Amino acid sequence: MIATRVEATAKLTGRATFAADHRPEGVLHAVLVGAPVAAGTLRGVDADAARALPGVTAVLTAADLPDFPRLDMPAAVLTLPFTDDRIPHEGWPVAIVLGESIEAAEAARAVVRVDCAAEPPVLLGSGERTPAMGEDAVVFTKGDVDAARAQAAVRVEQTYVQAARHHNTMETSGTVARWDGDRLTLWDAVQAGSTVIPVVSKAFGIDAANVRVVSPHTGGGFGGKGYIWPHEVLAAAAARVAGRPVKLHLRRADQFSAVGYQPWMEQTIRLAADAEGRLLGVEHAAVNNAGLVETHVEPATEASKSLYASPAIRLRLEIERVSLNVPTPMRAPVEGPGLWALESAMNELADEAGIDPLDLRLANFAEVSPADGRPWSSNRLREAYAEGARRYGWRNRHQRPRQDGHWRIGHGMATCSMGSFRFPGAARVHLGADGSAVVESNVHDIGSGAQTVLAQIAAEELGVPLDRVAVRWGDTDLPRTGPTYGSSTTMGTGSAVASAARDVGKQLADLGIEADAMAAAGVDEIVGEGTYELPDGAMFNGDGEGTPYAMRTWGVIFVEVGVDPDFGILRLRRAVGVYSAGRIVNALTARAQMIGAIVWGWGKATMEESDQEPVHGRWLAKNLSNVAVPVNADIPADIDVSFVEEFDEAASLIGARGIGELGATGVDAAVAAAVHDAVGVRVREVPILPWKVLAG
Amino acid sequence: MIDFAYARADSPATAVAALRDDHATVLAGGTELLNWVRLGIAAPERVVDIGGLDELRGITRDGDTLRIGALTTLNEIGEHPLAVAHAGALASACLQAASAQIRNRATLGGNVLQRTRCAYFRAEEPVPWPCNRRSPGSGCAALAGLHERHAIFGWTDECVAVHPSDPAVALVALDAVVDVVGPAGPRAVPSTGFHLTPEEAGLREHRLDPDELIVGYRIPIEPGAQAYIKIRERASYEYAIVSAAAVVGPDRARVALGSVAGKPWRLPDLVGVPLTREALLPAVEERMAGANPLPHNGFKVTMARNAAVRAVLTAGGAR
Amino acid sequence: MALPYAHDIDITVQVNGRAVRAVVQPRTTLLDWLREEVGLTGTKKGCNEGACGTCTVLVDGKRMNGCLTLAVQCDGREVTTVEGLAEDGELSPVQRAFRDLDAFQCGYCTPGQLVSATACIAEGHATDPATVREWMSGNICRCSSYPQITAAVLTAAADVR
Repeated sequence: MIATRVEATAKLTGRATFAADHRPEGVLHAVLVGAPVAAGTLRGVDADAARALPGVTAVLTAADLPDFPRLDMPAAVLTLPFTDDRIPHEGWPVAIVLGESIEAAEAARAVVRVDCAAEPPVLLGSGERTPAMGEDAVVFTKGDVDAARAQAAVRVEQTYVQAARHHNTMETSGTVARWDGDRLTLWDAVQAGSTVIPVVSKAFGIDAANVRVVSPHTGGGFGGKGYIWPHEVLAAAAARVAGRPVKLHLRRADQFSAVGYQPWMEQTIRLAADAEGRLLGVEHAAVNNAGLVETHVEPATEASKSLYASPAIRLRLEIERVSLNVPTPMRAPVEGPGLWALESAMNELADEAGIDPLDLRLANFAEVSPADGRPWSSNRLREAYAEGARRYGWRNRHQRPRQDGHWRIGHGMATCSMGSFRFPGAARVHLGADGSAVVESNVHDIGSGAQTVLAQIAAEELGVPLDRVAVRWGDTDLPRTGPTYGSSTTMGTGSAVASAARDVGKQLADLGIEADAMAAAGVDEIVGEGTYELPDGAMFNGDGEGTPYAMRTWGVIFVEVGVDPDFGILRLRRAVGVYSAGRIVNALTARAQMIGAIVWGWGKATMEESDQEPVHGRWLAKNLSNVAVPVNADIPADIDVSFVEEFDEAASLIGARGIGELGATGVDAAVAAAVHDAVGVRVREVPILPWKVLAG
Repeated sequence: MIDFAYARADSPATAVAALRDDHATVLAGGTELLNWVRLGIAAPERVVDIGGLDELRGITRDGDTLRIGALTTLNEIGEHPLAVAHAGALASACLQAASAQIRNRATLGGNVLQRTRCAYFRAEEPVPWPCNRRSPGSGCAALAGLHERHAIFGWTDECVAVHPSDPAVALVALDAVVDVVGPAGPRAVPSTGFHLTPEEAGLREHRLDPDELIVGYRIPIEPGAQAYIKIRERASYEYAIVSAAAVVGPDRARVALGSVAGKPWRLPDLVGVPLTREALLPAVEERMAGANPLPHNGFKVTMARNAAVRAVLTAGGAR
Repeated sequence: MALPYAHDIDITVQVNGRAVRAVVQPRTTLLDWLREEVGLTGTKKGCNEGACGTCTVLVDGKRMNGCLTLAVQCDGREVTTVEGLAEDGELSPVQRAFRDLDAFQCGYCTPGQLVSATACIAEGHATDPATVREWMSGNICRCSSYPQITAAVLTAAADVR
């Protein structure tokens, strides 16, 4: 079904409000002052010059702020700034400027003098590596990979690297905080407002019932606004100290160190196969960087126990602690990095074995979960492979021209896949006697079209026209539902909405009336409540845990890339993606998601990186002029995305799995394969910058 | 930004007087100055806005000379029939610079005076590493750091950054003349000598004195074809990794390279070289023999050579 | 000093057809002035250095980054923001095309895209897909609705004709 987004007019007329658009009476502008060194201890903050500037209300340091306790997840940083004198990374907040205007606050920041005892920073590649989880770096073993390697007719052993990269959402993170007595209201750029509350209440030792988070629109999340970051607590702290509302909208420079990013990763894959390309053993070792103190693990090895049938599998996970802020999940976490390595290795295995890359995937298709033999809740990957190959013309790709002017044309493909994350959901549905309906749930609008999907589900379940369904979202006063990340919203909250609508139906049935007879029966409104629960009341469920099924989403991506051999530059010419993800509720928003995801993958493959300066340890560039993300001219019109017809009733009441991230996986591996196809150069590091192609 | 004082100039003479007497900083489009002030690269006490000086705007033909006023915007130049007809490399360079929004404000005078995009230089204050251009005498962090995008000509240990302007490269290939006015009156500076490298002049970036104003450019009109090639990893809205301007006339091809040095790098003219890839590659390579790459940017020598060849062939009509 | 340098400047700007008179500091950008003083928060701040186009507004009909323009430079000029695109409550052709072709997701870059697209068409640059892509590249969209945006610009251009 195609339905335009319910919030279209608001967004198109400038009326959709984002966090920093709120200006409570008397609001002060806050700017963070960050430590200027990547490692060391804070000796002092001299804010005299700053405080003397006109329009500066205060410069807060540790002495002015409350003592914060250690926080719990989903706080991303458990030991908040201002707690001790340790500097774990450059940009670590050591003061907060409050000004009557943005200009005054920003000018003051520049003249606050921060005195540090600097220490040599720990650089990427030279940090301490430790097992990511528990005592042992090995997180999964099945069969005997060493024997498999010894018996193999064909082997691939390679290391793949990806640079650290920031989410670079168009809206930087930001929070407006206002206290009314003991009650705190936050207008916050978030993906999970409900989870802000326990973090903030713990930080201030206040009753969670006194905290409300309002967040109707978030200007891009991609995981960067998923967990709870220090600035959110600091905005509230500054407001409390100042006795006035505070707006802390992060400057773009601050965004690089105040919130997270996808980590730098190094992954080694060893594939052992027989002469027909059937896998005998898969080994996958991954290491990602974490902060010196705070931890983030990217379990990139999941893909290697989920995609392909292999009798032997061994997975290792490590982290490396360095002097950077802590990473965080980014659109297509886990599999985004994991498939970069696994799918690149599979493409190399295909070349080694002399087998078409698509045939190699088909030969290794997993009928059941390779990890534990569970059947899939639903898996139409083979249909996706076939349809994708047909649309792309994969089988006769090399019969088409291999040159277009200066461009050498190459083709690449990869499997796409995401684990199925599920969170509990809750929703309320009101049906009025006048035939209108209202859906309520604290989902967030990060651009996925979630509210529209919820409206559609309610409309369908209630038998009410879509244009009579209103949706209220983005407020913790509404039913608290799962977070808007992990591609989980349609499954979780969508199911809760369906359930609430069915509850309405049940109440009508109990009253013995139809909806159109409510007025006559003197019934103004019926309110239904619905939830989506996970097995054993869990708060999170991955991969169908607690059910008889393994759950995952699938797809295939084919890309045609032009390479200019004189310069090593790459251009995307066309892409075809076909996906198996369960029922698609809204074809329009789903298409936007998949296109956006492919572009996300193109950016990762060809240009995105945040470099840690190799002597000073901080991010080299903290701006968008030295850090590249794709622009309109990079993206051709010829991006063809489609879904295999599917209804997965085991995954959710409405038959859907999740799609927001699936399309971003595999793209980089497909691009690298296309580069090799075009010019014979194998690049095992993303982004594939021009000089890496020339070096080959 | 710091709280600077502001006034508008009503004539070029008033502006020059403001530079001389008030040590004011010129504001034209503002697309560079605002970022300099935000980052702490510049901290003007007084700003004189010359944006209203319409006499410094416009493109005219004066016999064999194309005149472009310093306040003409990049978009205005990019699509002006006279510029397209007689200074195609410049028009193309203008349209490949920045974004449409920036090009509607950015002036030619301001654009050639832009400063390097080196990430070390562009750090906001407090600048956390050595940078002689931010703090003379502190050193150059890029030398031992990340310098893939930095110079292969004309650098010293003092600075290895490149000049990022696209139009400046075309002006050098076109042998344009820069008209400036100062307290001592007007003078003309060949664009080939306008910008300076550290090898030539230490930290001095160009020959404009602090109390002088660029008022316009004169470009000789000659028969031939022109092209500007800009190489970058994304297709638009990004600085060049390398670039090249080619002005191909009946008896010679003039070529200038961009983003390879602290100034546009004019190669010795190609005279009597057939306009084929086979002939041009060694000819350009010979003219680049003095290239002196840094440890991690040797690829730029190849890229720049190929950009020069591509520009000449594109101008010459080859695809 | 010959010139009357001042730290507070009287300006009158036509904002979406309404004359707004104010006294501003020279350092105040058009972007911050619109959002914080004039109360028009439709224009968004993305990078504050002219590297993303999120803050695109029209000044005398030409598209510019609000963060690279000082309010004082707009004295006597006409400024158009996203709030000024609709006429008498009717969505403009560009707004309608963005709606119908689903050319937005999170909506944060959308005001800038709409204003930029309006100017792109008026400039005569909405001729074919490649030209639109190039001339709209000054507006970054991280959700990446680029193909939809390009299609919307072309559709609106035809509508405007």
